[in-house]
Amino acid sequence: MKKWFEPFSTAWVGVASHKLRSSLTILGIVIGIAAVISLMSIGKGAETDILSRIETLGSDLITIRPGASVGFGGVRSAAGSAVTLTMEDAEAIAQQVPYISSVAPLYSSNLQLVAGNKNMNSQVTGTTPEYMQTNNLNILSGSFFSDYDYQRGAKVAVLGSNVKETLFGDTDPIGQQMRMGSTIVRVIGILESKGAMWGSPDDAIFIPLTAMQQTVAQPRTAKGERVVSSISLTVSDKEKANYVVGEITSLLRSRHNLGPSADNDFTVTSMEEIASTLSETMATMTIFLGAIAAISLLVGGIGVMNIMLVSVLERTREIGILKALGAQERDIWTQFLIEAAFLTLAGGIIGVIVGWIVSFIVSSMGLMTTVVTADIVILAVCVSAGIGLFFGFYPAWSASRLNPIEALRHE
Amino acid sequence: MIRLQDIAKVYPMGNRELKVLTGISLTIETGELVAIMGPSGSGKSTMLNLIGCLDVPTSGSYHLDGREVSRLSSRELAQIRGQKVGFVFQTFNLLPRLSALANIELGLRYAGSSDRQRAMAMEALTKVGLSDRANHRPTELSGGEQQRIAIARALAKNPPLILADEPTGNLDSCSGEEIISILTSLHAEQGITLVMITHDANIAHHCQRIVHIKDGQIEREEKV
Repeated sequence: MKKWFEPFSTAWVGVASHKLRSSLTILGIVIGIAAVISLMSIGKGAETDILSRIETLGSDLITIRPGASVGFGGVRSAAGSAVTLTMEDAEAIAQQVPYISSVAPLYSSNLQLVAGNKNMNSQVTGTTPEYMQTNNLNILSGSFFSDYDYQRGAKVAVLGSNVKETLFGDTDPIGQQMRMGSTIVRVIGILESKGAMWGSPDDAIFIPLTAMQQTVAQPRTAKGERVVSSISLTVSDKEKANYVVGEITSLLRSRHNLGPSADNDFTVTSMEEIASTLSETMATMTIFLGAIAAISLLVGGIGVMNIMLVSVLERTREIGILKALGAQERDIWTQFLIEAAFLTLAGGIIGVIVGWIVSFIVSSMGLMTTVVTADIVILAVCVSAGIGLFFGFYPAWSASRLNPIEALRHE
Repeated sequence: MIRLQDIAKVYPMGNRELKVLTGISLTIETGELVAIMGPSGSGKSTMLNLIGCLDVPTSGSYHLDGREVSRLSSRELAQIRGQKVGFVFQTFNLLPRLSALANIELGLRYAGSSDRQRAMAMEALTKVGLSDRANHRPTELSGGEQQRIAIARALAKNPPLILADEPTGNLDSCSGEEIISILTSLHAEQGITLVMITHDANIAHHCQRIVHIKDGQIEREEKV
């Protein structure tokens, strides 16, 4: 008979002899742990979901828009309304800022699109062939326009998936003619859908910037530079994104002749920055959800303490007998503590399984993406055992301090 | 074996004091079989608890096996109980959740011997003639059988001292006889020191010496 094993088997007998009571106590912990696991998995899932969507937009993307900024998430004062960014800015950036792999200026305008008997209004974007790379676009069928198309101002168009759906339905639009404002263009490609999200190209239609200039008059600045709506560019090294943002800012400030006290008349946003801000926000959200769930865990823990106190009271005589047989305070103490930890650990393990099932159901019903990570599981199991030790401490201590004579006399 | 000198035990009762024992001096030699008699409330149970190291005296000195134990910590007292003292109670005090054999093993758990617990428990069970009841729960046994299990639990660790507090008090006279014959034969065969509280003069006369207690003092002793 191994001595270390005895307290565990005794604790098991203690738990097993009150099956209903033990299971209800365990249930309290199960609910707490399951709530923590499922809520945190939902939080984690939302976080990875958003990050992966950003990834599809191109995490190495940097966008420059005209107008001043009050920083991400604040109110962007009149962004887009100013006419400060030009083709020449884009060219200067491409030539002078390091770590840039491609630059695509774009000029967009809302135009009416007509194909057959269908028509819709959509944002038409004139840009360079690099845009496909900078904004991480994928072609579903056909092709994006080429450098040759760009140079000769070919009237060819690439459609976002929603635009194609609205104008052409199920028919194959490649090679078909459509009207865009007053210009006839030929469809040469369709983009893969990226899902509904801010900045999604699904609702857009892309044509060469040179063709755009023939369709819509592109305004010029006082210096005679051609105005663009925004500039997209990608960095060759994501680590350098912040450096590139700084370089672009100082380049554009000098090109725009801004004095040291003047605000920027443009806004440079890197996806990297948005992603990190979002993921920070989501992580806070996850912790917040976990904290709410932890309250139910706390209630479960108090339930364990309650039951252990009842159990100690009920077994006062037993404790007296054990003491008369020579049990040390330590022996009594460990026995009750192991019993409490046993209850909560069992609750923790079942809770992890239940929480896992709940988050699986949530994600398979398509309500939300959920991610159960190993660290959450390990944390939950450790926390549940810890709760047993914490809330079992006082009952175990009071059991160990009982006077043996009074305990033996207890009815 | 046991030497009590001027032992007093006082319990606080609100703002008064309850003097349970007032100046008890008693010596019991190794291998003796002693009965303690007295009316209820005379302090005989308190005295037995002191002898069994379940409690410490308010004043006086107590040597057990040559060692002064009246000022020991609860830790050391528990150790002495585990190794030297076996208790037999009026109400048996078996754990209802455990089998007869497991109850006996419980008596060995705190005695320090770890190796052959099961074998020693079985041996004790055989000594009280209940080896066929090893896996029965206490509730499935008669009162006399339960008390025999309790005796087996007390003697399994081979303690030099066994203390019995009215071991036959809850039994019919027939089972009581049986219990007394087991206890006396254990004493005769193994030389265990046995101190027993009883109300029954017939049982007391199986012992070598009877100590009469009244109002917290030794009234008289008689040799049988």
